[in-house]
Amino acid sequence: MLAKRIIPCLDIKDGRTVKGVNFVNLRDAGDPVELGALYSEQGADELIFLDITATHEKRKTLASLAREIARHLSIPFTIGGGIKSVEDVEVLLQSGADKISINSAAVRRPELINELAKNFGSQFVVLAVDAKQIDGDWWVHLNGGRIATEIRLLDWVKESQERGAGEILFTSMDHDGTKNGFANEITAQVSEALSIPVIASGGAGTMEHFKDVFTIGKADAGLAASIFHFREIGIGALKDYLEREDIVVRQ
Amino acid sequence: MKIAIIDYNAGNVRSVLYAMERLGIAADLTADHQRIREADKVIFPGVGEARTTMHYLRARGLDELICSLTQPVLGICLGMQLLCEHSEENDTDCLGIIPQRVIRFQPKAGEKVPHMGWNQIKVGEGSWLDPALDGEYVYFVHSYFAEIGPYTAGETDYIQPFSSVMRKDNFYATQFHPEKSGAVGRRILEGFLKV
Repeated sequence: MLAKRIIPCLDIKDGRTVKGVNFVNLRDAGDPVELGALYSEQGADELIFLDITATHEKRKTLASLAREIARHLSIPFTIGGGIKSVEDVEVLLQSGADKISINSAAVRRPELINELAKNFGSQFVVLAVDAKQIDGDWWVHLNGGRIATEIRLLDWVKESQERGAGEILFTSMDHDGTKNGFANEITAQVSEALSIPVIASGGAGTMEHFKDVFTIGKADAGLAASIFHFREIGIGALKDYLEREDIVVRQ
Repeated sequence: MKIAIIDYNAGNVRSVLYAMERLGIAADLTADHQRIREADKVIFPGVGEARTTMHYLRARGLDELICSLTQPVLGICLGMQLLCEHSEENDTDCLGIIPQRVIRFQPKAGEKVPHMGWNQIKVGEGSWLDPALDGEYVYFVHSYFAEIGPYTAGETDYIQPFSSVMRKDNFYATQFHPEKSGAVGRRILEGFLKV
């Protein structure tokens, strides 16, 4: 059976992890490659590196980061953060990235999804979307949730799939950082509306939250950052728990 | 041991190169016919679309070269599919080394395509894969697959059982990505280096 995936997300600034503190056994907790390798050993199924640097040197920094990760890690990884063009992506592919994620740039210019899918294949294109619930409906937000749009979440993910996205990374801004659980109901709606896999993000606080997002939320993968970084939940223990709850995970 | 990785427009030839590096092998990433022919073993990676890729290989004479190789060759993912006879992906005639057709997954309600993520391999007696790997998880990303047939050397179940490992003569193949399959993938690559 295809296993449900557990994906730690690492925020990167100027080539260093941010928030990645509190790892006594790491020589350098700020080194994305070392932290990634640790997660890989613990049983992470994939990794997502999100670059939050905003400099013109970004493309070069990201490429060398991708190269170092690809050199040292033998599990798949996605790189995202400020990717705007086919040229940005070309460099990352050449550097060994398995997938890239695009967010605001795709909302501003949806043809970007088609261009990337055509040039590199759908399996390479993860469409990340941040949304908030307003008056009962879910709306796409840009720039990490700061800018509202008049695009409905379900319309946008369906359009993205048609344009060639290979996977959706859905973050509920209402749940992100709360540790009260994922947005299961809307995640299930997103998953059921699509024929491509869905990664759920935002709200993980306990092991049970992962069970819920895989069962009630019908997600294919669950993503979290701080609960892994602060060792509130170990990936090995999480997978043992999920297995006991009859959820198929890679052990 | 000289390992050549066929360098063409496939996504992620670099991942295979790095996987070899982790095994302590400086593989030769090359499209040079002579160097490929002289290698002890050849890896034929692949991520991309079948028709464009076949067109690219033919334009460089790499199709005939691959068919003529006599040393062990490992096809990975699209590389495996191209070793087959025909792919439904844009109705593409492939290399025809393994007489097997490649078809698209037909998902039922609630099933996702591509088949993306970690799934188990069933390894039977007589496979080139170590039987101890039976039941292990490996990483897949694909929408097309080779059906079970006489050249199946391992299978996986997704929507239906399909060939996740194949072999015909000196041509070995995996539908999954051993270079991305952690410690299990490493053992599979080591296994190929020993055949």
